[in-house]
Amino acid sequence: MAESTPILRIEDLAVHFPQGGGLFGAPRMVRAVDGVDLTLARGECLGLVGESGCGKSTLALAVLGLQPPTRGRILVEGVEGAAAGAARKARARVAQMVFQDPYSSLNPRQSVRRTLEAPLRLHGVAGSEIDDRIAAMLKHVGLRPELADRYPHEFSGGQRQRIGIARALILEPRVVVLDEPVSALDVSIRAQIINLLLDLKERLGLSYIMISHDLGVVEHMSDRVAVMYLGRIVETGDWRDIFARPRHPYTRALIAAIPDPFEKKRTMRMTGEVPNPLAPPSGCRFHPRCPEAREACRAEPAPQLETIAAGHRVRCLRAAELAPAGETA
Amino acid sequence: MSEPLLAVENLRIDLTIGGVHHAAVKDVSFTIGRGETFGLVGESGCGKSVTALALIGLLRPPLSVGAGAIRFKGHDLAQIGADDMRRLRGASVSMIFQEPMTALNPLSPVGRQIAEMFVLHKGATWVEAEKRAVEALASVRVPAPDRRAKDYPHQLSGGMRQRVMIAIALACGPDLLLADEPTTALDVTVQAEILELIRDLSAARGTAVLMISHDLGLIANMCARVGVMYAGRLVEEREAEDVFRDPAHPYTAGLIASLPLLGARARHGRARLQEIEGVVPSVTAFPAGCRFNPRCAERLERCAADDPAETALAAGGRVRCWRHG
Repeated sequence: MAESTPILRIEDLAVHFPQGGGLFGAPRMVRAVDGVDLTLARGECLGLVGESGCGKSTLALAVLGLQPPTRGRILVEGVEGAAAGAARKARARVAQMVFQDPYSSLNPRQSVRRTLEAPLRLHGVAGSEIDDRIAAMLKHVGLRPELADRYPHEFSGGQRQRIGIARALILEPRVVVLDEPVSALDVSIRAQIINLLLDLKERLGLSYIMISHDLGVVEHMSDRVAVMYLGRIVETGDWRDIFARPRHPYTRALIAAIPDPFEKKRTMRMTGEVPNPLAPPSGCRFHPRCPEAREACRAEPAPQLETIAAGHRVRCLRAAELAPAGETA
Repeated sequence: MSEPLLAVENLRIDLTIGGVHHAAVKDVSFTIGRGETFGLVGESGCGKSVTALALIGLLRPPLSVGAGAIRFKGHDLAQIGADDMRRLRGASVSMIFQEPMTALNPLSPVGRQIAEMFVLHKGATWVEAEKRAVEALASVRVPAPDRRAKDYPHQLSGGMRQRVMIAIALACGPDLLLADEPTTALDVTVQAEILELIRDLSAARGTAVLMISHDLGLIANMCARVGVMYAGRLVEEREAEDVFRDPAHPYTAGLIASLPLLGARARHGRARLQEIEGVVPSVTAFPAGCRFNPRCAERLERCAADDPAETALAAGGRVRCWRHG
């Protein structure tokens, strides 16, 4: 796997947004994504986690080609396919998105058939093949093909999300971005959609980038995980590395923040909120909230992502010291 | 045992559409003792939020209390007049909501919104009240409270706004705090801080808390006892530890088996999540008999016909299910 070309490679990606500025001053920059390197292997689910404002959604938009990068490259199967400048039609086959809210992300005036038909027609599919592909796709997502002529309001939330998934998959994109795919659904419906997404990944060989704040869902679904903080990846690795052997204090704090149903004691030691992205802290951007911070953490240059084990990388000066007992750094 | 602080007895809440009454909440009974934390958990539409609104006298048409009693400090809140309710609300029972931005007044500095509580309920002067508002902000761990008191809600982060909501709710030292999804709109790290704040302040002041959430893990972590609601019914009420370890109602058991719990994959490998078939019924179309029966994996013949009564469990707590009847 390491040798083959990844389906997606992101190199030193940056997306900066100018804020304010005017006659007398240069605008200040929000570095929403600030030098991200990532790869996504074929058939893999990469979980992307971090608090609001960490840049995970901006990163996803860049992958979809909807947000031009300030710097860096996005390579799909080795070629720059998803660049914002690329033809819209070509981009549509590179990456598609499943949105969080299946109530607002479907056009209420379009039947399921029209929603699925339009992209196929645009991409030159014609005649009976259209109906065949729509029927096949509806079966894939667990909807009866007879329902194709119904409108979104005739479906439940879970069924709507199935329609949203069908729309994302109908052009067989190489990368599927799942943006909080179950968090708007009723709790008793979530398992249906999680199981469906994992089944589809198996059956159709899909590659996912999944954004979620629900760490239980991320652990369950991901093969690899990247943790972002203020525009940068602070830790990335196999799901076991992140959930069983987290090394970065921020990753540890995120996991400790999840209420444990069996244990009432508190483990949370991080305080405060994400700082203003217009004026990120010096040195390690996490140092003002970090329970492990030392004087050196405030100083420039900021720590780099360092490999601490095969495939496990951490951006922390104290990564070696913070290794659990019995584990070498 | 002494009398509980709050006793909800056979509460029914009607949703009236075109002259037809639909029981959005039916026969719900529970008690909360002084200083106790009680959780109500369930999905959207299960009736947990409207139950809280009934407790604070904020149900408005088309919703209304159809039957039952809400006994609180010698009053029946189901019958109480609007003036009496206004005196209790804020002073003895108060509420925090999911979205603090819409619950706060955008045109008023937050310090003044807290101060209002002291003026209205404690007869303080505005000068005195504004001073106490700064103290209240400090007590909810808002940094630089004297400066923050002059801020408007839009100048604060979501977490800070929720702290302001808590400061308002606790300003007059209520006996009961209703917290309806207080952290759903917040990041998990901020959620952890807000939950800790509610836990610490309620313990220090002896405030009873009714915590409402769709997150079973959060409720089990925060509360001593838990009530599980489904389609307007309280289907199970247990000690928090027992709910996860040994759920009695098939809905509770199904819900727990359907959740990807943090740490489960590392311990047991990736098991396929157990799905609950079907969809949550709408309030105008609740099924006859047990309202969960069309989705229940353990359905019996009688479940579709007869509404199960509450049964006391040997291990403590109660359940509404024919499997236990």
